[in-house]
Amino acid sequence: MNALLTSRRDAITLAIFALVVLTMPVWLQPFGAAYPGLMQKFAIYAIFAIGFNILFGLTGYLSFGHAAFLGVGSYTAVWSFKLLTMDALPAIAFAIILSGLLAVVIGYLSLRRSGIYFSILTLAFAQMCYNLAYSVLTPITNGETSLQLNLQDPRIIDSALAPRPAGLPSASLFGHTFSGLQGFYFCAVMLLIAFFIAQKIFASPFGMMLRGIKSNQTRMNYTGFNTRPYALTAFVISGMYAGLAGALLAVTDPLAGAERMQWTASGEVVLMTILGGVGTLTGPVLGAWIIKYFENIFSAFNEQIVSRFFDFLPAGMHDVVVAVASKFVGEGWNLTLGLVFVLIVVFLPGGIMEGVRRITHMFDKSRRAPPTPARLSTQPAE
Amino acid sequence: MAIPNVVLHVADVHKRFGGLHALADIDLQIEEGQTHAIIGPNGAGKSTLLNVCIGKLAPTSGTVVFDGQVLTGKKPYEINQLGIARVFQTPEIFADLSVLQNVMIPALAKRDGAFKLNLLRSLESQRDIRTEAEEMLEDVGMLNRRDMLAGSLSRGDKRRMELAMCLIQRPRLLLLDEPTAGMSRHDTNTTIELLKKIKSRGMTKVIIEHDMHVVFSLADKISVLAQGRIIADGTPDEVRGNPKVQEAYLGGPQQ
Repeated sequence: MNALLTSRRDAITLAIFALVVLTMPVWLQPFGAAYPGLMQKFAIYAIFAIGFNILFGLTGYLSFGHAAFLGVGSYTAVWSFKLLTMDALPAIAFAIILSGLLAVVIGYLSLRRSGIYFSILTLAFAQMCYNLAYSVLTPITNGETSLQLNLQDPRIIDSALAPRPAGLPSASLFGHTFSGLQGFYFCAVMLLIAFFIAQKIFASPFGMMLRGIKSNQTRMNYTGFNTRPYALTAFVISGMYAGLAGALLAVTDPLAGAERMQWTASGEVVLMTILGGVGTLTGPVLGAWIIKYFENIFSAFNEQIVSRFFDFLPAGMHDVVVAVASKFVGEGWNLTLGLVFVLIVVFLPGGIMEGVRRITHMFDKSRRAPPTPARLSTQPAE
Repeated sequence: MAIPNVVLHVADVHKRFGGLHALADIDLQIEEGQTHAIIGPNGAGKSTLLNVCIGKLAPTSGTVVFDGQVLTGKKPYEINQLGIARVFQTPEIFADLSVLQNVMIPALAKRDGAFKLNLLRSLESQRDIRTEAEEMLEDVGMLNRRDMLAGSLSRGDKRRMELAMCLIQRPRLLLLDEPTAGMSRHDTNTTIELLKKIKSRGMTKVIIEHDMHVVFSLADKISVLAQGRIIADGTPDEVRGNPKVQEAYLGGPQQ
């Protein structure tokens, strides 16, 4: 394929992706998911997963501490709201810068090791951030009660420009306060920008270097590449993506709590990426949507709904089935997630995108399958 | 005739692994444009010597000087950027990338140096790198396999591709660790032809090899290593006639 074709294919992918994202309020209607709160989460966690995949998918370095950057992004954004202005853009800019700086520090230290040691180091740093947010940093993070807006906030820029409104304000863009679907569309546009940048990175020589690191770091070194700054750059970029996602969480709901930095949140983005397809562009987005959707649907189920669903079964069997099935919904929806995850990793190690590829390949046997660098390798970077 | 220019000078190198004296008192001078073979029985220290040259192992004492620069203590990527490329005993390749990509990556290292944030242009749009890689593959006779995954190549093809990955950087010194091990006779001969072709371009090479057929068809100079020491040094004919070599390695008169 020549250069034009590739960039055209990327442009088509972006156009389709934009269409899918922007029409979410329409096509999510039949799924009962077309309300702003959930769609915002779809957009935000997709950004988180795309960024995570730039590190994990391209370099093979599996970070288990990306929630730290998400949390720092949220805290920074809320502070920007409290001190300066309710405008979303400065909040996002500060969040990206600060999470990027944190990523430089954590990445610089963690990338001295590889494989499982790298994962453990990132996990340790993230847990440290989480515990700091709960303890010594309480003046900044407000500890357990979460960082929130309050009426005494200075908001220097806003106060200078207009009289203070009564009550707590919400996030805005150039003086226009988000309402209804506008918050979602703002996140959606951010997602499209994030996707576009990821496309550029995937197609650049830099992206190829990262794939080289994943494939064979020894060869990269003997080929004349200083691999560490490449890996660090990827780490910082993906930390900034997480910071952006964290800031958007605060834009849609101006509140930041330490639980956002907990290891479960770091684990979740790993699941999203693997579920969708490591190293592919759209896979992590699909993974994020599926996990957030089912989290929402399954956790809302309760025993009565399950009981009604199995009404057709004879009485004795009905009780047993309901007793078992109800363990997988509501509070226990993580059990379902775990099960799905196990099935995917065992039968479709390349995630949903590999499934898609297999199906298109079945319909299109005459054409040779293109080389697929995007396999989940069982071994992280050396 | 001008005094030959020494490209690589291994000076007084010792290497110990615990009690094992893997390399003792090695002194080697590799001259520009020559193909220098290092032979010796298993365990003689050939690979250790190569690893000391490339910076993978630090010598216990002594220095390695390449083109006026001391290599000891330098990182592998710095040594490569000085102009030394290496083919490994077991091919070190990018198994899950395509053959073309495998060859493009070293070309980028040559053009962009050890680190460059090249985020804005797409790789596909860089015709020069791509054309260069395709010409290189043509040269080693692998252009028709350019879209295959490198990991699915035959062993011989992997080695040939790795050679292409080194050659595209036009190194001043090429180190080859048993470049024909595990190849069929036919593949071996193809590789010999290829290496002869490079020689005509004036590239300096150090070859470690077991196959005497390869050594005697390529080498200008041979050093024989046994138990960590160089026991003989000279042209193929001198080495062939040396009784010490026959005793230590060739195991009787050369057939």
